[in-house]
Amino acid sequence: MPAWFVNFSYLLASVLFILGLKGLSHPRSAVRGNLTGAAGMLIAVAVTLLDQRILSFRAILAGLVIGSAAGALLAVRIRMTAMPQMVALLNGFGGAASALVAGAALIEAQAAPGALTAQFTVATAASGLIGAVTFWGSLVAFAKLQELISGNAVVFRGQHLLNALSAAAALGLAGWLVARPEQAAAYWALAAVSSLVGVLATIPIGGADMPVVISLLNSYSGLAAAATGFVLANNMLIIAGSLVGASGIILTQIMCRAMNRSLANVLFGGFGAQAGEKVSADAVYAGRVKAASAEEVAMLLETARRVVIVPGYGMAVSQAQHAVQTLAGVLKSRGVELLYGIHPVAGRMPGHMNVLLAEADVPYEDLREMEEINPLFKQTDVAIVLGANDVVNPLARTDPNSPIAGMPILDVDQARTVVVIKRSLSPGFAGIPNPLFAADNTLMMFADAKKAINEILHSLSEAAVAG
Amino acid sequence: MDALVAAVTVFVLALLVGFEVIVKVPPTLHTPLMSGSNAISGITLVGALLSAGLGHTGLTTALGLLAVIFATINVVGGFLVTHRMLEMFRRK
Repeated sequence: MPAWFVNFSYLLASVLFILGLKGLSHPRSAVRGNLTGAAGMLIAVAVTLLDQRILSFRAILAGLVIGSAAGALLAVRIRMTAMPQMVALLNGFGGAASALVAGAALIEAQAAPGALTAQFTVATAASGLIGAVTFWGSLVAFAKLQELISGNAVVFRGQHLLNALSAAAALGLAGWLVARPEQAAAYWALAAVSSLVGVLATIPIGGADMPVVISLLNSYSGLAAAATGFVLANNMLIIAGSLVGASGIILTQIMCRAMNRSLANVLFGGFGAQAGEKVSADAVYAGRVKAASAEEVAMLLETARRVVIVPGYGMAVSQAQHAVQTLAGVLKSRGVELLYGIHPVAGRMPGHMNVLLAEADVPYEDLREMEEINPLFKQTDVAIVLGANDVVNPLARTDPNSPIAGMPILDVDQARTVVVIKRSLSPGFAGIPNPLFAADNTLMMFADAKKAINEILHSLSEAAVAG
Repeated sequence: MDALVAAVTVFVLALLVGFEVIVKVPPTLHTPLMSGSNAISGITLVGALLSAGLGHTGLTTALGLLAVIFATINVVGGFLVTHRMLEMFRRK
């Protein structure tokens, strides 16, 4: 296999990756886009396997079979609510693979005279560092999301100092590796300390901030692949890795903006664990909360012209998506304009809520982003808040001392009537009461989301029969 | 040094292309974007295949094998689960 053929194939694969990502710019072209990317990967792998330097296919075959089986099993079995864990895990595996490849390349280069160039060693150090941080950071994120460990921010005294020291140690070891690349021990010490950095950096981040962390780790997994591209002097790895790196950075920015927090604040803030002065729940709710029954909500919906549903993660936990879609169908058949208002951080990762609704056959044309739906709330008869809390809390607009101050929210309080379906008045991730629940135009329906929607459906059909 | 400059050139230009392409992805597809781009970052599989196959030492073969497993899970799982999600967006 001549080198020019291999390199041309790698160029073709790189082009297919870019076109594939371009296909994701619309739901209609997205399936083809993903297949385009997969075709690029197939070409890249096939051409690599034709390399005449390969002496034995035993390890390759074993790895491909085990990896394919595990990957396919994961992809087919995973529930859509668990998608953030899945992506976290995949990020981690990508990072680990990059670090391992860089390690193996270092051992090979140590035996080859003149191979340990500055580019090679710096890239190897970068790949080991980023790859190990990505792997262990992702495992911690996975464990938090899967609730194997507490999802809350874990903070302790001296944490910042410990984190700073371990990060400094990792950078020091990276420097040592660059200075003395003939010692393999430096690389594995670097990988070990970077693993510690990955764990320490992720444990202080609370559940609500997971969308940011997953996006950031997504970016890291790309950058680790790009660094490995520098190690192997392979442009395709550099291109593919930096595409993913860019993607993760953009998503991280979007998530931070949606929470009105800086990246530094997310990474070092220990949000949700800090005990600042908080508004007392009693002062907000006392005597002002009005509970409503399913019949009352059904009556409201019967005369409504525009209804906006605001889903939160609570809806997904209760698996109410399908019931919601049924309710939407009933209301639409009666001439109601029905829309969904989606907050950027409505799920556990960017776009998560959209996937959960798509699974329940909600057409994406009915989904409205925050900027589109907010001007419409003033002309909305009923806004149904389903398992969402912090993203509809007016304190974000009114209380500059609130932990969510300045966070862009869905202005449901401007609707004529707000129906909040929620099991209790318990606070969301931010740990603060929500004055929306006590507003004059708000009715609280205290129930599990799925049960509540089914009861409303029942009342609607009874009323239809009676009428 | 020339090789390094050439590699950095590719890196910077690819980052810029990435930014331009990704900002056009609508929020509704951000989850499939993450899983799909994640599968692409499994491109490190190419390096893993060579480490596992060159048979340089037993250690590099073992490291390569482990890397092939991790990267293949990343690639196969990533593309498949993305396909599963995107099919949901397509059907009506």
